Amino acid sequence: MLKRLSAMLAVMLLSSAALACGGSTTSPSTSATGTTGASATATASAAPSAISGDITVLTNRTDIVHTVFEAKYLPLFNALYPNIKVTFQGLTDYEGDVKIRMNTTDYGDVLLIPNAIKPDQLASYFTPLGTVADLGKTYRLVTEQSFGGTTYGLPITVNANGIVYNKKVWTAAGITTLPKTPDEFLTDLQTIKTANASTAKWVSPYYTNYHAGWPTTQWQSNRGEITGNADFDNSLYKTDAPWAAGTDEYVIYKLLYDIVNKGLSERDPTTTDWESSKGLLANGKIAAMALGSWAISQMQDAAVTAGGVAADIGYMPFPSQVNGKFYSNIGGDYKIAINKNSPNQAAARAWLDWFENSSNYAYDQGGVSPLLTGKNPTQLADFTAADVQYIQQTPATAGNQTWLGAIQDSAKIQLFDTAWPQKIIDSARGADKMTLDAIFADLNTRWAAARAAVKAPNA
Amino acid sequence: MGKLPRRTDAGMEPVGQAVIIDLPSPSSLKVEERGRSKRYRSVTPYLFLLIPVTLLAVLTYVPMVETFFLSFTRWDGFGQTPLTFIGLQNYIDFVTRPEYYGVLFVSVYYLVGAFVQLAIALYLATLLSSSTRFRNLFKGIIFFPYLLNGVAITFIFMFFFRPEGVLDSFLGIFGANPANNPLWLGDRSLINISLAFVSVWRYMGLNFVLFLGAIQSIPPETVEAAQMDGANKWQEMRYVIMPGIRPILGLSLILAIAGSLSVFEIPYIMGDGANGSMTFVIQTVDTAFKYKLYGLATAMAAMLLVMILLVTWVQRRIIRDDPVELI
Repeated sequence: MLKRLSAMLAVMLLSSAALACGGSTTSPSTSATGTTGASATATASAAPSAISGDITVLTNRTDIVHTVFEAKYLPLFNALYPNIKVTFQGLTDYEGDVKIRMNTTDYGDVLLIPNAIKPDQLASYFTPLGTVADLGKTYRLVTEQSFGGTTYGLPITVNANGIVYNKKVWTAAGITTLPKTPDEFLTDLQTIKTANASTAKWVSPYYTNYHAGWPTTQWQSNRGEITGNADFDNSLYKTDAPWAAGTDEYVIYKLLYDIVNKGLSERDPTTTDWESSKGLLANGKIAAMALGSWAISQMQDAAVTAGGVAADIGYMPFPSQVNGKFYSNIGGDYKIAINKNSPNQAAARAWLDWFENSSNYAYDQGGVSPLLTGKNPTQLADFTAADVQYIQQTPATAGNQTWLGAIQDSAKIQLFDTAWPQKIIDSARGADKMTLDAIFADLNTRWAAARAAVKAPNA
Repeated sequence: MGKLPRRTDAGMEPVGQAVIIDLPSPSSLKVEERGRSKRYRSVTPYLFLLIPVTLLAVLTYVPMVETFFLSFTRWDGFGQTPLTFIGLQNYIDFVTRPEYYGVLFVSVYYLVGAFVQLAIALYLATLLSSSTRFRNLFKGIIFFPYLLNGVAITFIFMFFFRPEGVLDSFLGIFGANPANNPLWLGDRSLINISLAFVSVWRYMGLNFVLFLGAIQSIPPETVEAAQMDGANKWQEMRYVIMPGIRPILGLSLILAIAGSLSVFEIPYIMGDGANGSMTFVIQTVDTAFKYKLYGLATAMAAMLLVMILLVTWVQRRIIRDDPVELI
């Protein structure tokens, strides 16, 4: 018995010793004077055919990795760079898989920066692409994945924010102008509900997609539009009550609450289905969903499959105006970056540059181009017609880039998380006992406590 | 060898020569060959064990030790972030904050479901251990759900429970109007019962098969003797069958309780633990991967292990499950 016990202890001690040997625990380097800076950016001078190497490109678009990336982009790329061999890896659980791989050095040569990375961690994993000042002359939103004046990732496409809707349903209900306030939006939805009460297989005016979860986080992308404030993100870490009455957050989520509370959304949110919601919108069984502009082309495809035309799908800005103007946030989608440990820096940079500059990926996907001079997609024609003002959330100033992440972690409130919007929906339909005001008060209290814990500044 | 000397009395015939077959005795093998064969015989079992033990160590024990190790730190999951030691703070946080230990109450639904599951499995096993017609068909039908993949089952039941889905249509046969039916998953007071039902549906087959095997291993003479003594079905169950399957009953009880504490698959796929269906393991997974609090999550995992060990110990004390002599 004693022998067995000591043998077991020996095994456990040995294995923990093995643990201590593996795994690096070095502190992250915060300075952006990267040791790989020189080699990373030295591609402009090399002749295209001289650059060679085998690179792996990671993508989250498992739906188009074969049909578009391999079939369409790769031949065009190889026509210019015949000696670079590119392999694509489509990852279904992109965030989860890449985060685990980033504990090693094997996470592809070119990849998209996961959302979980904080700005001060960028230099440890990715090659600097250039300075913010330089790249800012050619590309949009170079500051979103930058730290200390150096950019580590360029947006692959840029999304606007608003609400996608079925034009036929809205016009059939007699609505001719876009709603300008949340109350007008609610009235419009109610009109649609009454008009469709006897339509076969009618679902609801609004569809929350509660079950899938992530569509409820799309509401958060509209922050800053209510007050037309391009500095909204920076105000969040300076305030103790982001959900106080009258703030953007309050207005946005009060609208979501009212939609569900007044019975203008589906009867059972727990059984909604994302894939079929596209068909429902296309067929006019639901009237509107708040999603980023990336969704427009998917809904249009569904409309065509349903026997209609792409023009059946429209895009309206969030129902709120400042001085008679609508606003819409422009935000970068995922940012493309180069693995710091890649042995093929030149080849990786060649692909990254070609993808950003020449592939027209953003246009094909219905997003705003990452190039400042790129053309706007046809999907946003509605916005041009409505004279929507685009705003871009300004990045945090140097030294202040980590506050928002630290506060969210400490408060355990991730702004783009599903848990608290789902709680608001539950409260609105009577499944959760907390009232909306109680939920907002609780969020504010936890936010304030987290601000104090991380000692965030007030200005 | 030559003729063996034989004592010849008058009347005993001399016997023939004894034949000695010359086998190579161990002593006739060369020294090295003898050593190699002995070593080979004693090393072979360990060679066979090498692969499973390596897998066990690498995939079970090393992660377990690392889990305990991480539960005393604060870490966000990225390789380059340093570990900060905070001692027992994670455990203290878990025990003192209701938002963490509160999810254990959801396990009560699954616990009740587990008892129902055991009762039904025992009843069906008793029924089908005697000669009933179509016995094997029923056994197949009852065991079949256990073979299905958990994700597939959850998708089946998502369609089952949705408004105007399978359940509503079935109740419509008896005249219930789907619009008046409660929302099986949407209603917060019903969702855990619905999910516990799915769990019972899935695992009852396994319990059934275990009980069936145990019941059939009870010597039939004992059962006949009890019947001849005038025992009715209930007495037969209580005094003959139950003691006879006590080890299996004990095992099933431990598995049921441990299973209800660590429910994960069905509520996670059914809705990520939303609408009050969040269980302890879902919360642990979220804490680690969504909120990046690896220290707290590993502390929760360690606490789960402790709870299950505690329950097992208590249950072994109350229900001694050494086999019972039935004669």
